[in-house]
Amino acid sequence: MDIIFQVFPYAIAFTIPLLVTALGGLYSERSGVANIALEGLMIIGAFSSALSLKLLPNNMLSVWISLGIATIAGALFSILHAFASVNLKANQIISGTAINMMAGALTIFLARNITGSGNIRIPGGFIKVDIPILSDIPIAGPLFFQNTYYSTWLVLLILILFSFVLYKTKFGLRLRACGENPHAADAAGVNVSFMRYWGVMLSGALSGLGGGIYLVTFSKEFNGSVSGFGFLALAALIFGQWKPLGILGSTLFFGFATTISNVSQVIPELAVIPPMYLKIFPYIVTLIALVIFSKSSQAPKASGEPFDQAKR
Amino acid sequence: MKKCIISLISVFLGLVAGAFLMWASGHNPVEGFVYLVQGGTKSISRIGDTIATAGPLILTGLSVAFAFRTGLFNIGASGQMLFGGFCATAVGLTFDMPRPLLLLSMIIVGAIGGGIIAFIPGLLKAMFNVHEVVSTIMMNWISYWVVYYTIPAYFKGTMETESAKLPATATLKSASFSKMFDGSYINLGILISIISVLVIWFILDKTTFGYELKAVGFSRFAAEYAGISVNKSIISSMVISGALAGLAGVIHYTGNASSIQIGVLPSQGMDGIAVALLGATTPIGVLFAALFFALLHAGRGFMGAMTEIPPEIADTIIATIIYFAATSVLIERIIDNAKRRKSAKLEMKEEK
Repeated sequence: MDIIFQVFPYAIAFTIPLLVTALGGLYSERSGVANIALEGLMIIGAFSSALSLKLLPNNMLSVWISLGIATIAGALFSILHAFASVNLKANQIISGTAINMMAGALTIFLARNITGSGNIRIPGGFIKVDIPILSDIPIAGPLFFQNTYYSTWLVLLILILFSFVLYKTKFGLRLRACGENPHAADAAGVNVSFMRYWGVMLSGALSGLGGGIYLVTFSKEFNGSVSGFGFLALAALIFGQWKPLGILGSTLFFGFATTISNVSQVIPELAVIPPMYLKIFPYIVTLIALVIFSKSSQAPKASGEPFDQAKR
Repeated sequence: MKKCIISLISVFLGLVAGAFLMWASGHNPVEGFVYLVQGGTKSISRIGDTIATAGPLILTGLSVAFAFRTGLFNIGASGQMLFGGFCATAVGLTFDMPRPLLLLSMIIVGAIGGGIIAFIPGLLKAMFNVHEVVSTIMMNWISYWVVYYTIPAYFKGTMETESAKLPATATLKSASFSKMFDGSYINLGILISIISVLVIWFILDKTTFGYELKAVGFSRFAAEYAGISVNKSIISSMVISGALAGLAGVIHYTGNASSIQIGVLPSQGMDGIAVALLGATTPIGVLFAALFFALLHAGRGFMGAMTEIPPEIADTIIATIIYFAATSVLIERIIDNAKRRKSAKLEMKEEK
């Protein structure tokens, strides 16, 4: 039981940036634009957050501001992807790859120019806090409400809000229609390009935020990568079958599987398993899950397809 | 022809964007480009280094291009390359054979290693229609961790993070070859790359097998209707693509270098996508695109030494070129418009 209490905060710290990024991917794909640029957009978010923390005074307010800047930067950078895939009907996978490569190189280029070094170490970041009152509840208190980051609660709020918007509002219905059958949506008077811009830019915003959270809670240093979190978020999105609750489950799975493999050497019960197997375990499970879901895939039908009004 | 023009325009736009970035960050773009080109071509040994850098890029580019032509997107070239290089290194460190035999078995085992890593996504795509983009990314991390733990356990070098150094006889290095280029680290690997380009060109353009693979790439259902075994084609394309990436690993880790660093996926895998796209997914195009990117890569060190411009400008330029290549519709439209305007003008004149 002690192990669970110890592992829990780390697993959550791993899960949260994944979750918010995967949620971003969900919005893009449900609007019909495949987005493998999540990794690059996270890098942009982490970079802008690191840079603003470097320039702002070292206090809590700055951390929040830096997350806001990361969100905006992600949204702005994702316009590149939206422009390529919506206006120019480019191959969305290629455009995404280009953005991933560009983000990695461009941010280090800028970091070297601005700070003189490719690595930006941030002074503070978020500190772990106990939520008053709730943290005194037995069992649930120590598990959920002690040693938590504020960003965790922010992301959970975002998850609830975005799920509500996706399923319960006109906007969400239209967005999903554009991902399932853009021609029908178009015939019903929905502006498909407009909705897809929204989808991609929201995904950029959330990935940027994910990158920022990754920086202030997890890595504490920017070095031009987010160690594959964006790609993992993409896998979590498919694993979670393009549904908000599904991705909550799959990102939690990744969070726990990875944290356990990281700490396995200090836990006697796990130390007997060679660490290699624990490390590759989440990826193997994802492959198996892809096979299992392949028959009943809930993938948005038009994801990855450019919308051509003249084509039926 | 049109594709070639689009590639050249993308390159031009990418270079303009690079120049703009240098200028905007307070550097002299002309100076930057001069040093960048000089760094890759100034002396015979630098030219040799540039060609050696191109070796793995040609193969990863070929790997991605081959998959593209057959309707697959192989984003996992880095994992296949790492694993192929690892297998070849393992053979080189383990067996004691006459040099030609040893090198030949390293090359074959490396290709098989890359092929195995790509076989799984191919199989999953053929049998269960699992999208290869996700499965190859998963395979990247699987080979990353397998290599990460196997090297320190069985092939540990002097440093904790790298494999033991291969003895000179177990590498693709060749003293006479290197002498020809004034002491450059160019090696036999480049020959493997060039032979692969020719073989892949032959397979794709001159054989029934290649025709079938391309047919599946164009339309899975039409190919099936024409009596082509689609599943077999998908698996074979993926395995060949992986084998090419595996070969890239062989010449990178046992030719250009002589040990494997753990904890990094080789960047050539992602660059391969760029090479393939810029080369318009044809083997010959890939060859030239790889040489161009190698020039940028090889020259950036010299540029970094002579100016204050960060070397990442080279990667930024490459990524920008790819973005422009991906959005080539825009360029195409401009070319078409220009043509139309020209012909319209001609018609006007004739009418007069």
